[in-house]
Amino acid sequence: MPRVGLFITCVNDALYPQTPKAVVQILERLGYDVDFPAAQTCCGQMHANSGYKKDAAALARSFDTVFGPYDAIVTPSGSCAAMTRDQYPHLTGSDIGQRVYELSEFLLDVAGVEDVGARFPHTVTYHPTCHGTRALGLGDKPLRLLRAVAGIELVDLPAADQCCGFGGTFALKNSEVSSAMLADKCRHAADTGAEYLAAADNSCLTHIGGGLNRIDRTAPADRRGPRPVHYAEILASTA
Amino acid sequence: MSTDAPVPPSKAIVPAAALIPSGAPFPKAAKVALGMPQLRANLAHATGTIRAKRAKMVGELDDWERLRDTAAAVKADVQHRLPELAVEFERNATAAGATVHWARDAGEANEIAARIVRGAGAEEVVKVKSMATQEIELNEHFEAVGLKAFETDLAELIVQLAEDKPSHILVPAIHYNRTEIRDIFNQRMGDAPSGLTDDPAALAEAARLHLRRRFLSAKVAVSGANFAVAETGSLVVVESEGNGRMCLTMPETLISVVGIEKLLPRFEDLEVFMQLLPRSSTGERMNPYTSVWTGSRDGDGPKDVHVILLDNGRTGVLADKVGRQALSCIRCSACLNVCPVYERTGGHAYGHVYPGPIGAILAPQLEPGKHDDLPYASSLCGACYEVCPVKIDIPEVLVHLRQQGPHQAGEKAAMGAAKALMARPTLWRAALRAARIGSMPWRRKGFMRRLPWPGSRWTVSRDMPMPPKEDFRDWWKERQR
Repeated sequence: MPRVGLFITCVNDALYPQTPKAVVQILERLGYDVDFPAAQTCCGQMHANSGYKKDAAALARSFDTVFGPYDAIVTPSGSCAAMTRDQYPHLTGSDIGQRVYELSEFLLDVAGVEDVGARFPHTVTYHPTCHGTRALGLGDKPLRLLRAVAGIELVDLPAADQCCGFGGTFALKNSEVSSAMLADKCRHAADTGAEYLAAADNSCLTHIGGGLNRIDRTAPADRRGPRPVHYAEILASTA
Repeated sequence: MSTDAPVPPSKAIVPAAALIPSGAPFPKAAKVALGMPQLRANLAHATGTIRAKRAKMVGELDDWERLRDTAAAVKADVQHRLPELAVEFERNATAAGATVHWARDAGEANEIAARIVRGAGAEEVVKVKSMATQEIELNEHFEAVGLKAFETDLAELIVQLAEDKPSHILVPAIHYNRTEIRDIFNQRMGDAPSGLTDDPAALAEAARLHLRRRFLSAKVAVSGANFAVAETGSLVVVESEGNGRMCLTMPETLISVVGIEKLLPRFEDLEVFMQLLPRSSTGERMNPYTSVWTGSRDGDGPKDVHVILLDNGRTGVLADKVGRQALSCIRCSACLNVCPVYERTGGHAYGHVYPGPIGAILAPQLEPGKHDDLPYASSLCGACYEVCPVKIDIPEVLVHLRQQGPHQAGEKAAMGAAKALMARPTLWRAALRAARIGSMPWRRKGFMRRLPWPGSRWTVSRDMPMPPKEDFRDWWKERQR
């Protein structure tokens, strides 16, 4: 059995404890022994992508120290996994990203499991997040796992491959353009009529969920958007 | 279809470039563009149409990825031995009867071009669509020295008549719909036929008749080039309308302004690029007109052939190992058409002749110190890299340019503070705990609707969730017991 370290990411650390909990539940259900090194903080992506290379390199080195001892590092974020794989080699020369797996990569490519024994009797639409899909090349991996969930009804999201407009500090620096992108994403999400909108990154879901929440306060009951949920929580569900 | 429809009343021409402040920072200019519903509708419709066509044509080729790899490799080779290839091109073009000029910058290129026009005894030129001449503002220079340049590409003609600026590399009038184009023709073309409708065929015919008169009287033509083949000294222009072919063959004198990055080592390299370019740009298997010429020839085409090799910042870009991949660009515009930012703002907001994702990495490098805001005009979604036929890793270059700075002082302090917390796990945990406890009085609201600056930039359109009551760390510690 590989020694599996869980990287929960700073966003989940601060806002979404239920997502890493779900990852632990899924992996333990499959018989893996998961460890959570408490000294972890952030992969450094915000700093790197905002242009603060030195700060990002310092955080990348901490990541290396904290996760160095593990055979496999599993994280519920396509974006953070891509950061370690694409940017660490340039920042610090570290190849630890080769051992970092976004959850669906670990489940399908390492554990070799497509049906994780979940049950989720709801309608769900799936947004393929940009970094997971394009930088990491996840393809339809999270969707394949979702398709195997008992009771789930998956609904296609129109213009699914378009960015939601989050982009880290882009959402602040170019707030108006970001908001225009978000408005379209929220409209498409509401058009599906699904109960839940699933994705592989809680940062994108914070953005989409924040937009939907804002709209829902004034929208008529039948035009309320889906609730954002990390797909790991669906995979952990046995309801 | 619309030929029988009642003709809507003509509206006054207001060029988009006049409304969107040029020289303003991108976020500001973008905000203006976002507030123009007709512009946004036109852009969304046009980019959506080209996007779908491109996807279909690219999907037909099972060796697309290998073509991209090959093109990227050829371009990287060109960048590694650009000086040698430029001299080889000069030698071969000169031997074939062309005159090759070297221009360090826009000023030199414009002066050389104006001198050649005067030398030919002309005061007017007809133009083939060319980004290089837009970049050096050749038309504006000609105007200033008493010469006149007439655009003959349909979209460039529309933009010129509207006294506007191009908003797209390939489709410069993408921000206009056909009703607006009819109004522009009616009010500005002089010889527009009476009762002109907004039927595309009628509009094209009106432009054809207008342009034909220009082609027949022009003594000098100005073009750019899509490719310059070092091995043979040939130039290549790829186009759709045939106006380029008219300009390249009818006038006595031809001046081509060519960025030095347009060089290709061998003629056979065209095999790769001619498969990639039409599919990526117009979404066609093949473009209607491809003109190749090598120097001059008696009794066939222009007698006096000039090539102006243009640097204008390119060797500076070449010196940056990460940034120089921007010089691989073949100006197909696929990145503009898939960009969620470009689709919503259009080209004018970028404040540079090269807009969209490629502009965001090219403009700040061609003009260092200007356009520092452009590398941030992207959510780093990566759609541009996915479609780029020469595999320019645009997100990589965007991040690279952001890392060159400069950074705003307040932001720098905030980033430094965040890093200080994140670099010390005990501090980080304490900060998260403080946020959880500090937000407790407001927790029942579930979401924050208003935050102080810079959080206000977030809450302008989205709510922010509250920190949780219990975090993952507490849960983990509890179950370890």
